[in-house]
Amino acid sequence: MTYEPQLLGFLCNWCSYAGADLAGVSRIQYAPNLRVIRVMCSGRVDPVFILEAFLKGVDGVLVLGCHLGDCHYISGNYEAVIKMELLDKILGFSGFSERLRLDWVSASEGNRFAQVVNEFTEKVRNLGPSPIKDKNQKAEITDELKAIKSALSDIRLRALVARKRSITTEGNVYEEIVPEEEYNKLLEQAINDEYLRHKILVKIKNKGKSVPEISKEINVKPNKVLEHIVYLKSRGLVDFDIINDIIPTFISIQED
Amino acid sequence: MEDIRIGVFICHCGTNIGGILDITSITEYTKTLPNVIYAADNIYTCSELGLSEIRGKIKEHNLNRVVVASCSPRTHENLFRETCHEAGLNPYLFEMVNIRDQDSWVHMKEPEKGTEKAKDLIHMGISKAALLKPLEKIKVEVTPSAAIIGGGIAGMTAALNLAKQGFQTTIIEKESQLGGNLRLLNKLYPIEVDASKLLEIIDIIERNKNIHVITSAVPIKVEGFVGNFEISVKEREQISKIKTGIIIVATGAKPLIPKGLFRYNGKSIITQLDLEPLLKENKLVAQNIVMIQCVGARNEERPYCSNICCMTALKNAMIIKKLNPNSNLVILYRDIQVHGTTYEDYYRKARENGIIFIKYSSDKPPLVKDSIIEVYNELRNQEINIPYDLVVLSTPLIAHEDSTTLAKLLKIPQQDNNFFLEAHVKLRPSDFATDGIFICGSAHWPADVRESISQAYAAASRASRILSKDTLEVEGSTAEVDIEICIKCKICTRMCPFSAIYKNKEGKIEVNQVLCKACGVCGASCPTGAITILHFTDEQILSEIASCGGEF
Repeated sequence: MTYEPQLLGFLCNWCSYAGADLAGVSRIQYAPNLRVIRVMCSGRVDPVFILEAFLKGVDGVLVLGCHLGDCHYISGNYEAVIKMELLDKILGFSGFSERLRLDWVSASEGNRFAQVVNEFTEKVRNLGPSPIKDKNQKAEITDELKAIKSALSDIRLRALVARKRSITTEGNVYEEIVPEEEYNKLLEQAINDEYLRHKILVKIKNKGKSVPEISKEINVKPNKVLEHIVYLKSRGLVDFDIINDIIPTFISIQED
Repeated sequence: MEDIRIGVFICHCGTNIGGILDITSITEYTKTLPNVIYAADNIYTCSELGLSEIRGKIKEHNLNRVVVASCSPRTHENLFRETCHEAGLNPYLFEMVNIRDQDSWVHMKEPEKGTEKAKDLIHMGISKAALLKPLEKIKVEVTPSAAIIGGGIAGMTAALNLAKQGFQTTIIEKESQLGGNLRLLNKLYPIEVDASKLLEIIDIIERNKNIHVITSAVPIKVEGFVGNFEISVKEREQISKIKTGIIIVATGAKPLIPKGLFRYNGKSIITQLDLEPLLKENKLVAQNIVMIQCVGARNEERPYCSNICCMTALKNAMIIKKLNPNSNLVILYRDIQVHGTTYEDYYRKARENGIIFIKYSSDKPPLVKDSIIEVYNELRNQEINIPYDLVVLSTPLIAHEDSTTLAKLLKIPQQDNNFFLEAHVKLRPSDFATDGIFICGSAHWPADVRESISQAYAAASRASRILSKDTLEVEGSTAEVDIEICIKCKICTRMCPFSAIYKNKEGKIEVNQVLCKACGVCGASCPTGAITILHFTDEQILSEIASCGGEF
């Protein structure tokens, strides 16, 4: 059975949205699957928005901005690149990376806009419907995406990613410039940790669970789970729930 | 809680939308959406009839949100906002849905799918509209004076224009005297007037009481915003401050010196610019002259066409031919770019005067040897040898090295080749995205004298729109910081491309609403969610996501 991919696009006002208008003025026909949200700059696109779209069941998300160097706001699209790199990595855990594309369309590229939409529509068509639409997978995928969304809303990854450009080019507060390679290692580790921590939080959201139970559920060694629980507890996101015999259970006290 | 009452106006745009999408079905669907009090279609919503209907229905149904589904907000949002305002509704309570440029025009062969898309888009627009908040434009006072960076023909023309309108104008010139590239030229095309004739403007400027010229000076710091800039200028060792309402960037460009190209040596192989003084002082002795076009231009490093070199070569060839009718002149070109009626005419005349044009291709460029040039004539598919005693290379204008410094100072964008980038190529060709800063002349793109002058007039007239007012209003949609949630990490202050967010004297993070352009980068990055981008809030965008169709 063929399905019609449901696509959402974030278009920057100055280049891509204008390019999409130009495609219209030029009567260039393209796939009717995309729904557009106009933003002033591709740098406005908060990674959380992408997760909301996937949680809603959108099959693919396009983020389009001005070509690098042409940003109406000088550097907004560079920030978009950094955010999409983060998303690409963190969405890898749930197999959604392929369903997100960042690209550039200028105000004069009506043809290119149509081409990008067509290509992406075909790509998502081939990928098939979002797994969240599959009844058997829905619960698990929802937890997965909620964990990612939670990690992306949390201060640690947001601060690290938002500082990338300044700490790799201008230096940190001690005026030390962190080489990009080192930064990437740091980020990689942070993504892995934060993803697991927020996955744990999702799993113990409404019901207290013991470390072995969590370990089994998310397929991570108990000692690692405990490390993360200790960290989450120190941040005030997790608390003891009850103690069964001698085994304590933990519950999320994270505010929504 | 406020009672949300949305009115939706769905436009046929003649047959542009109505001839393709099923407007009746769209209108019926719209009526079922939450908070929609009124929904109707019209033939042309932007016509006076359509606009008066909006005004009427706002009053009749006590509407407090208006949505128009029609063409693009990029062209019509202001008109509809204004209409809402006239009916007593805050203009920011208006939302526009694009069902023409991004729907009916691009899905003409799939009208049913286009209709479905229109319904989703309207649903998204209505969801956002329900969450819109009234905003006020911000009023600022205007310093009625102008600062112009660069005293070439563009800068001088703009300065004189503004000064004649009565505005105090300062020209900041890097070199020790005014005139720019014009000083280096002999005659100007297409009428072969002496460049020195145009330089007479310098005297007029120096006599004008409204113009203050600072030479050997560069701006080192720019603070403030539209209507109220303050530029620190370094003049030799001395630093002074200039208060100004607007800034015009007229820094020009410079010709490329073709080091290492076509055996350039400045003697027998020179550039068009080297040729100018030879002609001016009547020192040219060569008999066989070959000009090579596109030297160092339209290649990988500099993909652009420099706009002025074809005409410059034609001009100089014609001058030489006139001085010495027996001279042999050959122009080796890739494409001749002579736009418009007068320039094309000029090219025709050059051909009639016996100047020879030979087309070469970029993968087989001419080879300059000791006294001959070997060139593959693309049109005749033949290798030919041309004897020469002078080779003239036509090189492009390139951006000044310090243009990036200026770009950072003024927070204005550059293109790939470091020329400055305007706010919009068609809608705002003389403005920068930053309010109150304008562009003219070759700083933007290689321009000849005629173009520089017209652009200078354009920039001056755009600037005077601001200078002629006592106060001006700037966009009300900006970023806003919730200091209760803010942890003062200062990520936003470092990230803001316009330095609009800063730590104030009380140590709190604050947004300068005049500087803020509401790009939203800070909001998307704030680690604690303390920043709201007014008119594009998280809540509003999430509501659009939630209603983008395809429930599962």
